[in-house]
Amino acid sequence: MKRSLSPFAVAALIGVLALVGLLAYGLVQSNPDRGIDEALGRGERAQAPAFELQKLDGGGSGSLEDYRGKVVVLNFWGSWCPPCRAESPLLQRWHERISKNGGGTLLGVDALDVTSDALDFVRDYGLTYPMLKDSDEQVYPDYGVASFPETFVIDRDGRVAAIKRGPVDEEFMREEVLPVLEEGA
Amino acid sequence: MRRRLALVLAALALAVPAGATAAECPKTSLSAVEDEVMCPVCGTPLGLATEAPQAQREREFIRRQVDDCRSKDEIKAALVDEFGENVLALPGSDGFDLAAYLVPGLAVLLGAGAVGATAIGWRRSRTGAEQGTAAGPPDPGAAQRDRLQTDLDRYEL
Repeated sequence: MKRSLSPFAVAALIGVLALVGLLAYGLVQSNPDRGIDEALGRGERAQAPAFELQKLDGGGSGSLEDYRGKVVVLNFWGSWCPPCRAESPLLQRWHERISKNGGGTLLGVDALDVTSDALDFVRDYGLTYPMLKDSDEQVYPDYGVASFPETFVIDRDGRVAAIKRGPVDEEFMREEVLPVLEEGA
Repeated sequence: MRRRLALVLAALALAVPAGATAAECPKTSLSAVEDEVMCPVCGTPLGLATEAPQAQREREFIRRQVDDCRSKDEIKAALVDEFGENVLALPGSDGFDLAAYLVPGLAVLLGAGAVGATAIGWRRSRTGAEQGTAAGPPDPGAAQRDRLQTDLDRYEL
């Protein structure tokens, strides 16, 4: 004998499915995108997600495309983050080193931060490399950034050659940035 | 006398602008704003994020805005400028965010409907059972009736 569901049961089922769908969507959204890491794991270089953001000092905008043909060491940071403070002098030294012959640059992206605090940070640490502000979570989720700081080495063709999820050190910079700088130089 | 009057007038002149400024300054506080915004790094409401450095910075930012006489809405708008829409504790009222209000509402409606339908069904089945009891026991049939009558006749004095 065929037994059909009552309209109320169908409606309740739809309601439950909608709730489950909403929860599943929330779960998927909260997981960071690890596509770049997976590509590197396969020995490939994924194209770095393009972006255009306001400069931290408010003087117009800047984009990743502005540095095409250069090696970009893209660093996501926040002035509230203690490891970001710890790595800043190292990043500044390496910026001076790689930008000397025009082959590369550091590019800072400040996120989830109060602009005035970030500007104080830049001044206090004497950071001279370009700084952008990701004020509306437009960019860092595309790079799968889940904690700060995180650093991406982007080659001259705009592909991600190395990642450091956490503060960088001298060893990372020497082993991951220098070889990329030497490619096609 | 004239000197005293001058002093009173001077005191009034100083008091009136101060009072006017206090009246113009919207009354809000850190705790009032804290309840309605998130600590984006911690992923929790700001009021619950006590130790996180980013939460401390955010609180400091709100305190400065309160000191600058900004209203709660102005402070929330300034927070959105700095941190993005996700800093607001309540979801937006358009696009996918609307689902956060609609789905629970729909679930409550459906739940209420299901409870109502169950109650009606239960009541109907109970009424049916009561009606069955009021009609008395089922008819035993003609054969049974005849047998009963024969038995009664047998014991008739």
